[in-house]
Amino acid sequence: MKLKVFVTLKPGVLDPLGRAIHHALGSLGFDGVQDVRQGKLIELEVADDTDDATIDGMCRKLLANTVIENYRVEKA
Amino acid sequence: MKTAVIVFPGSNCDRDIAVALEAVTGVKPRMVWHGDADLPADVGLVAVPGGFSYGDYLRSGAIAARSPIMRAVVEQAGKGLPVLGICNGFQVLTEAGLLPGALMRNEGLNFVCRDVALTVETASSRFTSGYSAGERVSFPVAHHDGNYFADTETLDRLEGEGRVAFRYAESVNGSARNIAGLLNDKGNVLGMMPHPERRIEAAHGGTDGRRLFEGLMEAVSA
Repeated sequence: MKLKVFVTLKPGVLDPLGRAIHHALGSLGFDGVQDVRQGKLIELEVADDTDDATIDGMCRKLLANTVIENYRVEKA
Repeated sequence: MKTAVIVFPGSNCDRDIAVALEAVTGVKPRMVWHGDADLPADVGLVAVPGGFSYGDYLRSGAIAARSPIMRAVVEQAGKGLPVLGICNGFQVLTEAGLLPGALMRNEGLNFVCRDVALTVETASSRFTSGYSAGERVSFPVAHHDGNYFADTETLDRLEGEGRVAFRYAESVNGSARNIAGLLNDKGNVLGMMPHPERRIEAAHGGTDGRRLFEGLMEAVSA
């Protein structure tokens, strides 16, 4: 089973990288962008019978720092 | 007093902290590899050094915080063993859950490498007993991810409990409340971004950092 784990900064947490991307888009002439938030996509290949608790454990214990980040898992 | 320095792949201030600890204690620290499961039994201080452990992959300090030796460090810290994390070491301690909050990319996105002015916020911790509260000191910083973040409730609690040890006296990296160094609830763990181990002798440009180690030795052996 393939998993896609999307790790994003929590709302309200300052994102200097997103701001730099926003700025660079502006300098390319893309003026209509109101906000940019960036994050990570982590792809995992796991055994088909991996249960949700295990997947959640991987996200909470390592893949995301839940002090500052949220995560969302998509199964493919 | 015997001390230990944790060495991760990518640590680069491990020698500096070892020199500083030997200068103050007169005893060479034990260098402990990240893959070891146990700390030496008789150490009175563990230092988690600066650097770029595991290349800062995933997040700064994230992989190091899950290494075998850190399980032992977390366990011993829970029993009251003093632990000092500097720079990457501070990031490792937050990732390991020994200190609250997180260290994020500097607000200005630049790697900041210069001397900064700090205010010593409390002199009542064992790590800061060599200073006076409110005293201004100067330490070098060298980091990309020193922007301390915690939610407002946590920040208020940390301030209320007197757990901010050092505060930047100038704008450095966007840290919440200008926090540069933080204590755990029992006061036996200190994480800080600035480098006291780089201010040990006059040839370094000052000795403000030496007093941290001297004060600590005095407090721990008292």
